[in-house]
Amino acid sequence: MKAELNEQALLKGLANNDSKAIETLYKENFSMVQAFILNNNGSYDEARDIFQEAMIALYEKARSDSFVLTSKINTYVYSICRRLWFKRLQQLGRYSNQIDSLEETVPVEEDLEIHEKRNAEFAIMDRALNSLGEPCKSLLEGYYLKKLDMQQLAQMFGYTNADNAKNQKYKCLIRLKKLFFAQYNIGE
Amino acid sequence: MEDILLLQAIERYLEGSMLPAEKAYFEELRKNTPEIDQMVVEHSMFLHQMDFYAGTRTLKHNLHDIHTKLLSLGDINEGNEPSAKGKVVQMWNKYRRVTAIAACAGGIIALVISGLVTYLAPVNNSQIQQLKRDVEYVKRNQQYQGSKLSEVESKMPKGAILTGGGTGFLIDNKGYIITNAHVLTGSAFATVINNNGEEYKAKIVFKDEAKDLAMLKIDDKDFKPLKNIPYSIKKTSVDLGEEIFTLGYPKNEVVYNVGYLSSRNGYNGDSTTCQLQMSANPGNSGGPVLNKNGEVIGIISTREKLSEGVAFAVKSNNIYKLVDELKNTDDSTENIKLPSNNSSIKGIDRKDQIKKIENYVFLVQAFNKK
Repeated sequence: MKAELNEQALLKGLANNDSKAIETLYKENFSMVQAFILNNNGSYDEARDIFQEAMIALYEKARSDSFVLTSKINTYVYSICRRLWFKRLQQLGRYSNQIDSLEETVPVEEDLEIHEKRNAEFAIMDRALNSLGEPCKSLLEGYYLKKLDMQQLAQMFGYTNADNAKNQKYKCLIRLKKLFFAQYNIGE
Repeated sequence: MEDILLLQAIERYLEGSMLPAEKAYFEELRKNTPEIDQMVVEHSMFLHQMDFYAGTRTLKHNLHDIHTKLLSLGDINEGNEPSAKGKVVQMWNKYRRVTAIAACAGGIIALVISGLVTYLAPVNNSQIQQLKRDVEYVKRNQQYQGSKLSEVESKMPKGAILTGGGTGFLIDNKGYIITNAHVLTGSAFATVINNNGEEYKAKIVFKDEAKDLAMLKIDDKDFKPLKNIPYSIKKTSVDLGEEIFTLGYPKNEVVYNVGYLSSRNGYNGDSTTCQLQMSANPGNSGGPVLNKNGEVIGIISTREKLSEGVAFAVKSNNIYKLVDELKNTDDSTENIKLPSNNSSIKGIDRKDQIKKIENYVFLVQAFNKK
C-alpha cells in the first residue's frame, strides 16, 4: 500500500515536472531498460533515447485526465520501451532475436498511439515556433512557456508599456496559430 | 485590431479572469455567434497544445540534465568509455549465439573424447582398482623390514626411489618371476623379498602392458636356485565355482586368502581375465591364484571398487603366451622352463600346501632413479 502511494506521488511529481520525482524514476528504471536494449542489439545512446521517450510517454499518461496506471511503474516503463525498441529495430531493418528478460509486460498499444500523436503535435509546435522569428518566438515562449507576466516581458524586450507588449504578443500568437493549424490540419 | 481584441477576450474568458457580468455577456455572444464559439474552442485547444509543448520541452531538458547528473554520480553507468565498451557489448551481442554454439560443440566433443578414453581404457576405469601397493605404504614397510632384517644388507639401489610394489611368484626355479606390469609402471629396476625377509635384486626382463603381465629375473649372487616349483601352471580354461586361494603381500608378511571363481570373464567381459569372489587388497597385485590341486589359474590384478569382494585375475594361459612372446623377441634369454603339468602339492592339506608354496611367492618392490 505504501509502495503504491509512493508510486502515485512519483507520477504526480512527474506530471508537474518535479525534478526530484523525475530523478527517482530515472534511478529506479533506467538500468533495467538499458540492460534490455543492450541485450537486444542496441547501444548506450539508443538505450538513453528509448528510455527518455518512455518517460515522456509516462508523463503524457500521468497528465491526462483519464489517468489510471493499472500496473507498477517499472512494468509499464519496461513494456513501453520494449514496444518502442522492437519497432525501431524493425524500422532500421536490424536483426534481433528478441531476448526478453522475464519481466512481465502490460499492453501499451493504445498509449503508444496517443504518444505518437503527441509526438507529432510536439514536432509541429516546435517547427511553428521556430519559424516564427524573433522577437515573436521569445515573447511567446516567455509568456506561455516560462509563464512570465506582461510587465516583466515589456521590460525584457524594451516595450514602452505592458499594453504594447501585450498587443505584440497577440499579433505573434495569431501568426503562430496560423502556422500551427496549417500543419496540424494537414496532419489530420 | 478587432481580431486582437477578440483574442484577448477569449483568453481572459478561458483564464477565468472576466468579471461575472462580462462573462455572462461573453457567453451570450458565444451562444449566438458560432464563429466566436468556434474561435473559443480552437483557442482553448491551442492553449492546451502550447501547455503540453511547454511541459514536454521542460521534461526533455530535465531528463537530459538528470541523465548527465546521474552519470557523473555513478548512479547509472554507460561504461567507462561509452563508445568503446558499447562496441564490445555490441560485438558480444552479435556473436553471442555463435560463441554459444561453439562452446556447446566444444563441450560435447570434450565429453565424447573423455567418454571414449574412459571406455577404451578398462584397467584405468574408476570402477576398477589396481592392486599395486601405495608407495607410502611400501616405504613404511620397508623401514619396518629394515629393522627386522638388520643383518641383511639392503639391496635397494643407492639413490633410488620407490615407485610401487606388489607380489610376484616364481615360474622357473632359476629365478624367473611373474608379476603384473602395472606393479612396475614407471620403474627401472626392482627387488624381490621372500617370506624370510631375504632381498634379491631383480631385472625387468619383459613387460606386456596389454596383458598386464611382466617378468622379472632375480639377478643376485646371493640367490640360490630353489627346489622344483611345487605348483603347476594351468593351460586350459577354468571351472566356474572352483575353490581358489592366493598368497600375496598386502603387508610385509605373506597373506593367505580364499575364494571362488565367480565368472569366466573379467570386467566388461574381458576374456583374458576372470572374475573372483575374494577379498583382495593393494599389494596383492601379481600374486598367484591357485586351485585346490595346486595349479596356478591366474594372476590377481585388479578389483572392482564399487562391489565388495570382487577381484579380477589375468588367466594363467597368458603366462605361456608371454613366455612364447619373449622367446620370439629375444633370443639371448636362456630357455625358460615352466613347471611341469603335475603339481606336487595335489591332494595334500591346505596348510602343507601353503608351507610349500610360500617360499616361491615374493614381495616385489619397484624403483626408479632420482
